[in-house]
Amino acid sequence: MVTLKDVFKQLIRDVKSEKLRTLLTVFGIVWGTVAISLMLAFGTGLHKQLVKSTAGLGDRIVIAWPGLTSIPYEGLGKGRRIRISDEDLETIRGNVTGLKAISAEYSKSFRVSYGTKTMSVDTSGVAAEFGAMRNLIPQPGGRFIDAIDVHDSRRVAFLGEKLATDIFGTSSPVGKTILVNQSPFLIIGALIKKDQDSNYSGPDSGKMWIPLTTYHGLTGEKYVSNFVFQAVSADDTKALLKRMSAALGKRLRFDAKDKEALSMWDTTEQFVFFDLFMLAFNGFLGLVGVLTLVVGGIGVSNIMNVVVEERTREIGIKMALGAKQRWILTQFLIETMLVTFIGGAIGFAISFGVCAIFPSFGFTEYVGDPVVSPLVALLTAVALGVVGFVAGYFPAREAAQLDPVVAMKL
Amino acid sequence: MTIINMSEIRKVYDTGKVKVEALKGVDLQIHEGEMVAIVGPSGSGKSTLMNLIGCLDTPTTGCYELGGQAVSGVSRDELAEIRNRRVGFVFQNFNLLPHITALENVEMPMLFGGLRPAERRRRSAELLERVGLGDRVDHKPTELSGGQMQRVAIARALAMNPDIVLADEPTGNLDSSAGSDIMTIFTDLWKQGRTLVVITHDPALARRASRMVEIRDGRITADHAAAA
Repeated sequence: MVTLKDVFKQLIRDVKSEKLRTLLTVFGIVWGTVAISLMLAFGTGLHKQLVKSTAGLGDRIVIAWPGLTSIPYEGLGKGRRIRISDEDLETIRGNVTGLKAISAEYSKSFRVSYGTKTMSVDTSGVAAEFGAMRNLIPQPGGRFIDAIDVHDSRRVAFLGEKLATDIFGTSSPVGKTILVNQSPFLIIGALIKKDQDSNYSGPDSGKMWIPLTTYHGLTGEKYVSNFVFQAVSADDTKALLKRMSAALGKRLRFDAKDKEALSMWDTTEQFVFFDLFMLAFNGFLGLVGVLTLVVGGIGVSNIMNVVVEERTREIGIKMALGAKQRWILTQFLIETMLVTFIGGAIGFAISFGVCAIFPSFGFTEYVGDPVVSPLVALLTAVALGVVGFVAGYFPAREAAQLDPVVAMKL
Repeated sequence: MTIINMSEIRKVYDTGKVKVEALKGVDLQIHEGEMVAIVGPSGSGKSTLMNLIGCLDTPTTGCYELGGQAVSGVSRDELAEIRNRRVGFVFQNFNLLPHITALENVEMPMLFGGLRPAERRRRSAELLERVGLGDRVDHKPTELSGGQMQRVAIARALAMNPDIVLADEPTGNLDSSAGSDIMTIFTDLWKQGRTLVVITHDPALARRASRMVEIRDGRITADHAAAA
């Protein structure tokens, strides 16, 4: 009975006598594994970063701005300004199906002072629902504006994290009082740091939010700068856009197809695009990786062929002594698989190592952190297995088909 | 008991253009306990006969039974198994595996024969002791002299306790003193009741055999009990 131990002993002897060759073979497989797993890992990392950065703006939201009409409607000329009030939005909320949340946004710059510091801050007056839609997550100990704040027109403010640091340094801003246009405001929370790759009025880190009712009181402004809404189901967003346009158009008398009367930015389109882009990107990287691995496999196969030639006499002797074809075949096959396995393991280790130290290089913001996902690992392992088997099979078959008499005389 | 029973054995090598008839009808019976020397000039068909006896090759036509088992029309793997169990080979150029120790070389046929590791090691050490290499078990072939290598090969040939020990010019690569040692081992094996077939040019070795078979041009031309 040929034990696995015998095969291993044989392999160790072979490796010892063929150091350079085995080293080169292993290197080929290592390179292939690193290529395939690292490329896909960077792909995964980039995708995550893109999604995360985009989600920094909001959770599959639509942002809408009222503008000037560009199509005559019911006898009214074009170039008419469309103005939207809180009341309009409240009416819409009841009339449009599939709407999960909606919030007006009023924007203006206010003078903010604390102690001796005074600065100009971009401020938005918003409803309570705004925070969740725009992913404005408070740091521990704080909160976003809630419905009671809005109902009671409380003088409370939520700060972007950079603004909070600018005013208060490292100490917690929550519970402190600042002056906004000379009125005292209580800080109820500060934003947790987030990645944001797109914005429409400056990044959130430097902004301040107050209840929209409070905003009305400060400015007397009745018409929204823009509003933000979210569909119950993200897949329904496109259809919801149409229903929103139709409902608002009917109420404010503009053509539902008029893109300038109400211009809308559907951020879910980006997600769809990312998914498609990443699928293509990963497909490409995966293909390159697999091809690299196949080239590595051809290398292994070639080397094994040379090994067969060099060991012909040995194979002949073994067969003369009673080794069956299967034994010779198994020996070569296991040897190839083991070389592939060792190469693969080293390759994986290098890939994980790179993934582990990559974040310390500080490129995370741009390309994300590479992640060797279980799927990638599995894919690479399967590809390696196939390459190892195919690379080993043909040389092994050649070895096993040698005629012992001829082989021994060489 | 008849160990080797060959009748009307022909072997034709077909090289594509030319057909070479290496054996032209050989009848040969070898009985248990015989020591047979097969002699003849090169090109006489000696090596072909040796390959056939050792089941390294199969005859083109004719009937061959080794230890009562028919050796025609069997697969490569079956041939390998017959070689493993019934034939012990001793070659002119030793044919030891260079990267492993003497002990492991002797173990090799037992590995293919399916013996358990402990049993292999025990028997291998015992056989090396018997050929006078008890103190060389961990040496690799490159660290041994020609005579010592051939003794390892003899130990290896005996590993599976075969029906027949088949030696092809076993003293051909040795100096006369080492060759004489090897001949003594063969004679001792014969005296212990082993069946041996030795193909040789060496008249000294041929003289030690119990029977001498002469082959010439693919046919057996003489078959007689040795002078001794």
